[in-house]
Amino acid sequence: MAAVLDVTPENAWTALWRRLQQDRVGAVSLGIVVAYLVMILFATAGYLAGGWSREVGVPYANPAFLGERPNLEGALRKRAEHKGVAPDLSAIDPLAPKYAEWERRTGELKMTEPERAMTLPWGGDRWGRDVLDKAIKGSQVSIAVGVLAALCATVIGTLLGACAGFYGRWVNDVLEWLYNVFTSIPSILLIFSLAAVLRSGAFAHLFASGIWTVVIILSVTGWTGMYRLVRAEYMKHRSREYVLAAQAIGASAAARMFAHILPNVSHVILVQLSLLVVAFIKVEVILSFLGLGVPLDMVSWGTMLSEAQTELVIGKWWQLAAATAFMAVFLTAFSMLTDSLRDALDPRLR
Amino acid sequence: MSALVSVVNLRVSFVTRQTRVEAVRGVSFDVRHDATLALVGESGSGKTVSAMSILRLLPENAIVDPASRIDYGGENLLAAPAARLRALRGRDISAVFQEPMSSLNPVLTVGEQVAEVLRLHRSMAPRQALERAAELLAEVGIPEPRARLRAYPHELSGGQQQRVMIAMAIANEPKLLIADEPTTALDVTVQRQVLELIARLRERHRMSVLFISHDLGLVGEIADNVVVMREGEVRESGPTQRIFSAPRDPYTRALLACRPRLDTRPRRLPVIDDFMRGGVAPDAALERPPAGANLIEAKGLRKEFRLRTGWFASKSLVAVREVTFGVTRGRTVGLVGESGSGKTTVALLVMRLLEASGGEARLEDTDLLRLSAAQMMAFRRRIQIVFQNPYASLNPRMSIGRTLTEPMRIHRLGADEGERIERARGLLQRVGLPQDAMHRYPHEFSGGQRQRIAIARALAVEPEVLICDEPVSALDVSVQATVLNLLLDLQEERGLAYLFISHDLAVVKYMSDEVLVMREGEVVERGAPEAIYRAPQHEYTRKLLAAVPRGVEGRKFGDGALTSSGTQP
Repeated sequence: MAAVLDVTPENAWTALWRRLQQDRVGAVSLGIVVAYLVMILFATAGYLAGGWSREVGVPYANPAFLGERPNLEGALRKRAEHKGVAPDLSAIDPLAPKYAEWERRTGELKMTEPERAMTLPWGGDRWGRDVLDKAIKGSQVSIAVGVLAALCATVIGTLLGACAGFYGRWVNDVLEWLYNVFTSIPSILLIFSLAAVLRSGAFAHLFASGIWTVVIILSVTGWTGMYRLVRAEYMKHRSREYVLAAQAIGASAAARMFAHILPNVSHVILVQLSLLVVAFIKVEVILSFLGLGVPLDMVSWGTMLSEAQTELVIGKWWQLAAATAFMAVFLTAFSMLTDSLRDALDPRLR
Repeated sequence: MSALVSVVNLRVSFVTRQTRVEAVRGVSFDVRHDATLALVGESGSGKTVSAMSILRLLPENAIVDPASRIDYGGENLLAAPAARLRALRGRDISAVFQEPMSSLNPVLTVGEQVAEVLRLHRSMAPRQALERAAELLAEVGIPEPRARLRAYPHELSGGQQQRVMIAMAIANEPKLLIADEPTTALDVTVQRQVLELIARLRERHRMSVLFISHDLGLVGEIADNVVVMREGEVRESGPTQRIFSAPRDPYTRALLACRPRLDTRPRRLPVIDDFMRGGVAPDAALERPPAGANLIEAKGLRKEFRLRTGWFASKSLVAVREVTFGVTRGRTVGLVGESGSGKTTVALLVMRLLEASGGEARLEDTDLLRLSAAQMMAFRRRIQIVFQNPYASLNPRMSIGRTLTEPMRIHRLGADEGERIERARGLLQRVGLPQDAMHRYPHEFSGGQRQRIAIARALAVEPEVLICDEPVSALDVSVQATVLNLLLDLQEERGLAYLFISHDLAVVKYMSDEVLVMREGEVVERGAPEAIYRAPQHEYTRKLLAAVPRGVEGRKFGDGALTSSGTQP
């Protein structure tokens, strides 16, 4: 099969790799995105930030580098623990006979109050949870939601846009109607109604696991921009001579749409995909803020930011800083990467 | 007589991230007062770069050697400040480019664009400028110039757009007009009109013209002096008469010979390489196989387009009406006509790339137009097409290897992938491309090479009929000859039946055994190429014949112009 290898001595992916290496910005962005992915992988497997929900520090524990900063809330909590002596009410307490029984049962369980640290590496939140762990665990949820939703929206938008643009006529008319219906409803209303249906409607039990609800809401509402762009590109390309030439050699409609035209419009799709990921991560933040996002027992950048609102008033800025930094670094690297990816995939640009 | 502009030892190089390419290497020429100088060469010869250096309209990565000089009225334009050049551009020196559609701003009316030039350089009042614009449009021969002032560029034909460009260029009575392939994108008949317009305007305004072209035959009709360029160097320069009657450089001789002539039909067209290696022996006449049973036959082919004009009203536009022809194995039917004559539509109908409104197209005993899409698949293998524009007809994202193996994969030719690749290599070799082309992409090839790739792709399924839709119109004349020769070779080897479409009657006459002249969807004349050339019956055919450039023989733009710039003081 040596001859086969000869047609593409370097296949698309090795060529991509070689070109990315020449592009320093692209390579750095790729490194950052890969680092995030590894981090998410470890977080999912439980090696990293597995105990994000444990209360390991005093409330609003200071970051390690600000150990000397006064922490009124943390000190309050410590004091409360020490003077825990209740007055004797056994004479009038109707539950008094049960106390002995309960005391015995509690004795069987072993309860340890962990030593709460006064400072944490990047500070603690209201419950004394480690903010750094939260940010790592939050990345897992936010990126998964953003990327999955963007991919789903891209697939929907590309498929519909390709059909509308390539076939035209009644296919185009029908899809244009669908598009108009979706864009004529204010998106926040659409999101709310979908959230209501998916969370408490007939299908609620299907999406118990959490992030899928958000992914579906975002992709169903977010495909329209992609559809419009892809449709326009397909209308432009369908009458190009190379597509006619493909038809002349007998290539089927599907082959023309996806083997011939798609690679030629991929740059549009990639750029739009990166914009969608960025937008969806931000929408997820808004949804979580409104209580329609990820469930309460999960953490995302969005829930962190909504908590940060109240914290900021009393001067606890580190949760906001952590979530923002994680988000900004990822989104910037991701946009840059799709940009270089677009250049790397174009044979005309070297 | 002194020179208006003299270019002395011009060197321009282009710098990319990795390389530095010298595009112009020490070129010198003089543009005289009140005369036409032609720069002739293939694409990549540096002719456009040399001319645009005068206006310094060069890409940003161009570096002009500091020792070069361009003298204009005692001033070195290469050292002039940007403000001075801006004042010169459009006033003293103006330019007309190849693509009129992309040179005009699509959202401004023609009147506004012509008036803008006047306002910028002459600070005319808007009203006055518009008045003058109408006069200019009348001068360049646009009918109803006042009404046309309010037209947008897309409402004009290609020839009219180019006339508007010329009107803008002459608006300020320039001393030098640079015309960069102004007729290459146009039909031969329109090319003729634009050429005559430029010659007439030059005489009337007593300006100089620097005319850039790849076609020496065309240049011979208009230029007083010719500079032949190749690979950034001047091969030969001199008065047009002398260049045509006694060319000294083999390259010039080759350029003169490679355009198909109307009066002879050699077995193969002479190409550049023949001349560069040493002279060519006079060739035997082309031999053609006799006519026989038709392999492919079209009868009463018809295509109507319906245009909706209102809610319920629509009108039909007949693009092709009652076209009938038949091609025997090994022979060629030529279809000639201007753009809009419906000749490409005929090709698309026969290929079933467009559904016909009537008639039949038979391949042996099967009417292709009655087949279902699935049945047509089998016949697609037997009938193939080569498109006009090799820059558009190859998928830019597919390697050549994939482009060539794809049709074989679709039609399940070859036992396995390895065999298909072997075949693709064979095809590349046959069309004269190197083996390493397999894993390169279309943008790495020149126009002629791309057309060879397109031909190889069409041959990949071993068709019996090949439709060539203007296969050489987008190519330089010198490259055109090599592609035509390749098509003839392939026809003799494989007994292919060709339907050959072109707007250039000389090319069609050289290639075909029967010629159909089409105009506005109808065949107005048909017959043997010799007969059509010797005794054209229809007015339109005569017009097409007259439009073919013939070098100095076809010259009719006053010999006064020749002498005024020639040896006389």
